[in-house]
Amino acid sequence: MHDFYQTGWWAVIWSIIKIVIVVVPLLLGVAYLTLAERKVIGYMQVRLGPNRVGFRGSLQPIADALKLMFKEVIIPTSANRFLFLAAPVLAFVPALLVWAAVPFGPDVAISNMNAGLLYVLAIAGLGVYGIIVAGWASNSKYAFLGAMRAAAQLVAYEIAMGFALVGVLMLAQTLNLSKIVEAQAGGGFWSWYWLPLFPFFLVYFISGVAETNRAPFDVAEGESEIVAGFHVEYSGMAFALFFLAEYANMIFVSLLTTVLFLGGWYAPINTPLLTWIPGLVWLLLKTAFLLYVFLWIRATFPRYRYDQIMRLGWKVFIPVTIAWIVVVGIALETPMRAILR
Amino acid sequence: MLNHYLPVLIFIVVALVVGVVPLLMGASLGPHKPDSEKLSPYECGFEAFEDARVKFDVRYYLVAILFILFDLEIAFLFPWAVVFDQIGMMGFLAMMIFLAILVVGFIYEWKKGALEWE
Repeated sequence: MHDFYQTGWWAVIWSIIKIVIVVVPLLLGVAYLTLAERKVIGYMQVRLGPNRVGFRGSLQPIADALKLMFKEVIIPTSANRFLFLAAPVLAFVPALLVWAAVPFGPDVAISNMNAGLLYVLAIAGLGVYGIIVAGWASNSKYAFLGAMRAAAQLVAYEIAMGFALVGVLMLAQTLNLSKIVEAQAGGGFWSWYWLPLFPFFLVYFISGVAETNRAPFDVAEGESEIVAGFHVEYSGMAFALFFLAEYANMIFVSLLTTVLFLGGWYAPINTPLLTWIPGLVWLLLKTAFLLYVFLWIRATFPRYRYDQIMRLGWKVFIPVTIAWIVVVGIALETPMRAILR
Repeated sequence: MLNHYLPVLIFIVVALVVGVVPLLMGASLGPHKPDSEKLSPYECGFEAFEDARVKFDVRYYLVAILFILFDLEIAFLFPWAVVFDQIGMMGFLAMMIFLAILVVGFIYEWKKGALEWE
């Protein structure tokens, strides 16, 4: 009995250590992603971006965080107080929780669970509650409109995302994210799933951009039409939590795309010249590249109209993904499976 | 089995703390000077002239229903895809028939204009 408690408590302490090792760099990453975004978009628009705080603006995120900390948290009189304050937490908690299943190396994760992909899909789906509760509890027209749009959009793209994941499962034959990466080992660049599942790769990443409400799918915030959408009434740290959740989700979508389609921690070419570099470096490099694509997309494309967003989600992505599931299925039932496996 | 989900349980607690603490810090460190103008809902500088909980487009409701249908579909496809190698040709054909029925429904709803947003 005593031993049981020993192992029990050690398990708890070890879990907390693992969580801290993931969450602290994640929050730092979020902070510096905001700086990277402003810098990258700045240079793309021939501006300098933030360059006053610290060396070339390197302390800007810290200054922003401190400033947000000392701002008033305004609760509008007509708002539902409890839900208004619960909404940012509801948006933020799932954005952290999805990281429990993310593998950073072979079997290296907070929880290397066997139903990893299912867990990720379930927890990521909870994020929509934060947005819709925020919009409803604010009792403001812009917030309400933004929340309705966001909910319908997230829901539409979640279906396309789910179908894209089915394709990965058909090839990998496991829900464990670590094993999904290992299933892509072998030939380097050419054995990763982006190639046989190319339509799914595109659909998944674009749906990821839509799921995180990023430009060009940012009608939920849409500064020029509904001001800031669902978080128009939020200020100070309450606003900051929505912001943190959005950026943490961006990093998560990029990392998961890497894990599912870009071979996770494997080097692009299978030579000793590249394979001696630790897998974590490859994983983070690929994630950083996809994050750069996020920013690149934002600086390049104008915002979609709402009916165009819904058309892309329902009338393009869903038919394409269903068709490609059938194609992959047929390929696996014929001698072509030797190429896919 | 359970030892895989203990870290998740602990993570839920940690995430709640990481979410609530900044909110409390912001509320306690920031100023607190409310006035009626500041606390009114934002409406481009106008006085809000009616409650925000207005009637909204029925299509949002329709999207929610369609979502349930398709999400269930994905819930069926997930286990099928994981055991794809073990169920052979029969399993594959069964799911193709199921998918075909779904696609017929999808075409019907498309032709009915349930996906139009103009």
